[in-house]
Amino acid sequence: MTATPQFLGRNVFDLDDYSADEIMYILEAAKGMKEINLREYKKIPTLRGKTVCTLFVENSTRTRMSFELAANRLSADVVSFQASVSALQKGESLQDTVYTLDAMGIDLYCIRHSSPGSPQLVHKYSGKPVINGGDGRHAHPTQALLDIFSIWEKLGDIRGLKITIVGDILNSRVVRSNLIGMKKLGAEVTVCGPRTLMPSYMEEVYGCRVEYSLSEALRDADVVMGLRMQLERMTEGLFPSLEEYSKHYVLSKDTIKYAKKDALIMHPGPMNRGVEILPEIADSSQSVIVEQVANGVAVRMALMFLILGGKA
Amino acid sequence: MKTLIKNGLAYIEGAIVKMDILIEDTRIALIDNDITADADEVIDAAGMHVFPGFVDIHAHLRDPGQTYKEDIISGTRAAAKGGFTSVCAMPNTEPVVDNIATVDYIQRRARELGFARVFVIGAITKQSAGEEISEMATMKSGGVVAVSDDGKCVQNAKLMLNCMRYAVNYDLPVIIHAEDYHLAGKGQIHSGKIATQIGLSGIPALAEETIIARDIMLAESAKARLHIAHITTAKSLELVRRAKEQGLPVTCEVTPHHLLLNEEACLSFDTNTKMKPPLRSEKDRLACVEALKSGLIDCIATDHAPHADFEKVREFDHAPFGIIGFETAFPVLYQSLVLPGIIPLERLIEAMSTAPSKLLRLPESGIRKGNPADLTIVDLNQSSVFAAENILSKSKNTPWLDQTIKSKIIYTLLDGTFTFRAE
Ligand SMILES: [Zn+2]
Repeated sequence: MTATPQFLGRNVFDLDDYSADEIMYILEAAKGMKEINLREYKKIPTLRGKTVCTLFVENSTRTRMSFELAANRLSADVVSFQASVSALQKGESLQDTVYTLDAMGIDLYCIRHSSPGSPQLVHKYSGKPVINGGDGRHAHPTQALLDIFSIWEKLGDIRGLKITIVGDILNSRVVRSNLIGMKKLGAEVTVCGPRTLMPSYMEEVYGCRVEYSLSEALRDADVVMGLRMQLERMTEGLFPSLEEYSKHYVLSKDTIKYAKKDALIMHPGPMNRGVEILPEIADSSQSVIVEQVANGVAVRMALMFLILGGKA
Repeated sequence: MKTLIKNGLAYIEGAIVKMDILIEDTRIALIDNDITADADEVIDAAGMHVFPGFVDIHAHLRDPGQTYKEDIISGTRAAAKGGFTSVCAMPNTEPVVDNIATVDYIQRRARELGFARVFVIGAITKQSAGEEISEMATMKSGGVVAVSDDGKCVQNAKLMLNCMRYAVNYDLPVIIHAEDYHLAGKGQIHSGKIATQIGLSGIPALAEETIIARDIMLAESAKARLHIAHITTAKSLELVRRAKEQGLPVTCEVTPHHLLLNEEACLSFDTNTKMKPPLRSEKDRLACVEALKSGLIDCIATDHAPHADFEKVREFDHAPFGIIGFETAFPVLYQSLVLPGIIPLERLIEAMSTAPSKLLRLPESGIRKGNPADLTIVDLNQSSVFAAENILSKSKNTPWLDQTIKSKIIYTLLDGTFTFRAE
């Protein structure tokens, strides 16, 4: 496979800049990359001489490792920069950080930051392509691509699939990117959670269905995705207790029965077992939760390959 | 010293008429069809408009304390370039204007060095902390024209009631920045479609509306004169309409940016679209335009809020709120509201000059014999460019940066003296 010029040097801020065809092309490329990951010697020389920087201003070991592994497998050099937002606020600005890193000859940035729009800033300051590894509650396009890849791999065509996402929709960057990607590929998406965790205008902005009752939301679903419920939202007055949340929104044998018989079970992780999902579901044969992690590396390899060019 | 302005189209008593204007020393000496007096300087204003100097009742000059953003000289020079002859300085400086020494400082600096009349607004509460009533009586004797905790909002209703009652004692209008802190939370932009789309925390319209509803009721009880700063939502306007219908002395202002931009501007993550109150929905924006036209909104104020580059050039949620406004106000409003025929030119001029000065009972403005010669001469056919190097404010934070806009301020006169001449 050879990278096509249309992807060269492009940013991945979110999936709205990519057409359905382009998303499918990325998935095809990821399929090829996944094969490499299954080999005994998991490395190809594609990006030899290129330097990828993981710029993580918000902690996420899992996502950072996934990006770094992807770069390593393509033989790129990896520079890792980690800082806390508070450190950045005290002294050096994001702008200065990027100028410094840029002087080291970075070819591609993979950024995780708590501020929406920060990947755009990194691109503005560096002029280099940027892959958004999650910016606040805004977007998480690589997670969405790996979710979509996992569905496509198991169920084939995304068109017409009924996909239900359950949990803290308000604070989830995963949901926003997934909605854009899944709707582009023709899925019908339903989001479900308590009203206090549901942003306004969801239908208008994303063309999805909003349900507050889990059984209604799950009815006939082909894919069910749970989201992590964070304790801190309780102190923000958004819900009363994990127990009460769980009583109404947990994915269990009892609730999953409303979905299609062998509906795919997904979760972007890390899971609160017993809060949003029970082990009986998370570890069931329908679950692709562990595979999602592996697919994450493949999708990120595909993006780096397509953006930086080279032969695979 | 005599200055004669010939052949200009002047805004006089609500109408635009072709008149010559003769200035003797600081005042307008004669207004007539064809004046042929000897003058030290004759301005040929043929094809240009002559307006009363613009009056801004809501500005931040950042002096004392934050003079890296702006100071009284740079701020008033920028004001003069925008056609303003009078500006009211909000008290959220460092220190806060809650004492007579700071009031004196600002007035003295402005008199010595200023390019515009500067009127001082004192704080409602000490340090604008929302805990104790400020020394309003002392500040009034020092010349403050109103009180406001702008940038902040008194959350405690009982304290606010007392502040209003105390302000009435000294005949001071109370200007509010309406924002319920709990409802606003950590909000960055309007709580609407765009906030949902880009994942920034929202500031709901309710944060403004509930305080306006509360303060109208408090002001009614206290018999206070209440002025609502930078109003932004349709429902806020409805509350003001009802108060005015009841005959309460409630007034409000709107900024150019809330008249011309909506929440969609924030899609770009440009921090020059980050202001408080935030840019609202298109429906709210249209309601503001309609209310300006009908007179429900009394006047236009810029909320000129300078911030240095290094503060604005950062992640959206870490950047400060606010944009500059002096140099852009008239041109952008002319281009986007008057040129397309949405608001008559006469209404725009009234809302930017005579209405605000009446509202805060500033010295009489308007082109009338005997009045101070505070004038702005504008060529509506030329264009102006808001390039950073042309901006006189120390800060360049405006969403209109690098845009070319129809109309150009050519001269500004304060007390008959030129405070600005276009190159
Ligand atoms: Zn304010």
